[in-house]
Amino acid sequence: MSDHIVKAYDEDITALKTLLAEMGGAAEEQLASAIKALSRRDATLADQVIRNDDRIDELERQIEEKALLLIAKRQPMARDLREIMVTIRVASDIERIGDLAKNTAKRTHAISEALPRKLSTGLARMGALALSQLNKVLNAYARNDDIMGMEVWRSDEEIDALYNSIFRELLTYMMEDPRNISLCTHLLFGTKNLERIGDHATNIAENIYFLVHGTTVSEGRPKKDVTSMMNPNED
Amino acid sequence: MSAQTATKVETATAVPRILGERAPKVTARNVDIYYGEKHAIKSLSVDIPDRAVSAFIGPSGCGKSTFLRSINRMNDTIPSCRVTGDIKVDNKDIYARDLDVVHLRARVGMVFQKPNPFPKSIYENVAYGPRIHGTASGKADMDDIVERSLRRASLWDEVKDRLNSPGTGLSGGQQQRLCIARAIAVNPEVILMDEPCSALDPIATARIEELIDELKQNYCIVIVTHSMQQAARVSQLTAFFHLGILVEVGDTDDIFTKPKDKRTQDYITGRFG
Ligand SMILES: Nc1ncnc2c1ncn2[C@@H]1O[C@H](COP(=O)(O)OP(=O)(O)OP(=O)(O)O)[C@@H](O)[C@H]1O
Ligand SMILES: [Mg+2]
Repeated sequence: MSDHIVKAYDEDITALKTLLAEMGGAAEEQLASAIKALSRRDATLADQVIRNDDRIDELERQIEEKALLLIAKRQPMARDLREIMVTIRVASDIERIGDLAKNTAKRTHAISEALPRKLSTGLARMGALALSQLNKVLNAYARNDDIMGMEVWRSDEEIDALYNSIFRELLTYMMEDPRNISLCTHLLFGTKNLERIGDHATNIAENIYFLVHGTTVSEGRPKKDVTSMMNPNED
Repeated sequence: MSAQTATKVETATAVPRILGERAPKVTARNVDIYYGEKHAIKSLSVDIPDRAVSAFIGPSGCGKSTFLRSINRMNDTIPSCRVTGDIKVDNKDIYARDLDVVHLRARVGMVFQKPNPFPKSIYENVAYGPRIHGTASGKADMDDIVERSLRRASLWDEVKDRLNSPGTGLSGGQQQRLCIARAIAVNPEVILMDEPCSALDPIATARIEELIDELKQNYCIVIVTHSMQQAARVSQLTAFFHLGILVEVGDTDDIFTKPKDKRTQDYITGRFG
């Protein structure tokens, strides 16, 4: 895309994208730390994640403010308009990802004993997957790469499948011994958070597609989270 | 006339949705316009829907006014100007030899960028058209036409007590609305507006836009504007001109959110070098 005649317009958009990149980087860091804290039962690290979430919220506020000002001042059209709208949407997805990372970190405090090996490897795999999805989709966004975005969009199934298998695993533990219920419930919430982070990554991917094409993704993505059939309280 | 548009190579195709809802009122086919050697409009084809607003946009000098003026043969007044191709209103060739140009201009009215009231009273400015076309039957009828036209142009309340003072004594925005009242007094079917708001403040502009919105219930309106926001606000069809070529025509909603042609994108986002 060539430059605007008015240079300050390009500078405004660049400033917005820089803030968003910073916000994305912060969310990635938060998520990595939250997963580490939970799997190593590292309470100090967990507290740090909880504290740092404010920074992400603050960045979202700044992005919203800048975006509003830009709309008022420049009255963007066509791709510029989509660019601003997508920035606001992506910032809101990242903000939610930050919240979910924080909530995951909070679970650390509730876990007092070491996790059974099968669960800890499951959790580690799911965490790594969520982190890689987030990382890929943020890169795709930074490069306006809708093809890379759609790869992320399609691989969300893997997170869903992993979540389903961990869910079953946790159910088995709880049925085996009711003393596991507390631990398993916290892990269940933790992994559900990771699954939701995957969903936010696919939202971002859909927004990249919209930004590039001006239309929404038409292909239906098969939803593989089947746990709602087992647990009526899940959404 | 079906909603099918005969598109030519240079123009991004796909029939606009608005032409599925509104029959074309004006159709142009392979129109070329020259000023002496200067080729100002190049092989242009377009359908302009009835009872809707169509906006012509594009950089200065791209030919918007030239094409607009060809729709009521205003170009006839420029000696060097030559128009070839087909332009039809209601499927009738407006360049046919036996066509009465004065009558055509009553059917296809025009509002210019600079308000140009006659140096006569407000009343006479509006009464002028009906008088020369003999559409009023007596003084009472004429009074009625003048009041109705001024009301429709949302100027009545501001001038009803000074109908006999000169039209040139009004403010710019009022003068422009007077010119619109003058244009609609003869009950045109098509109204061409060449940058009608360029000299107006935001309030007067909003009034004219409100008026355009209302007029489109009954008329075919074509507006040339340099304000992308105005085009986006008032029109249903947008045509983008560049260097004498109609680059892209489509539903306004699409042109300003997802234009097909890169030149359109660059122009409306302020990237034209
Ligand atoms: N009377 C004329 N004689 C010779 N050339 C003319 C005449 N009127 C317009 N032109 C030329 O024809 C081209 C198209 O002019 P036109 O006035 O239609 O442009 P426009 O799109 O309306 O521009 P603007 O937005 O500045 O009003 C320009 O290059 C212009 O110089
Ligand atoms: Mg002009």
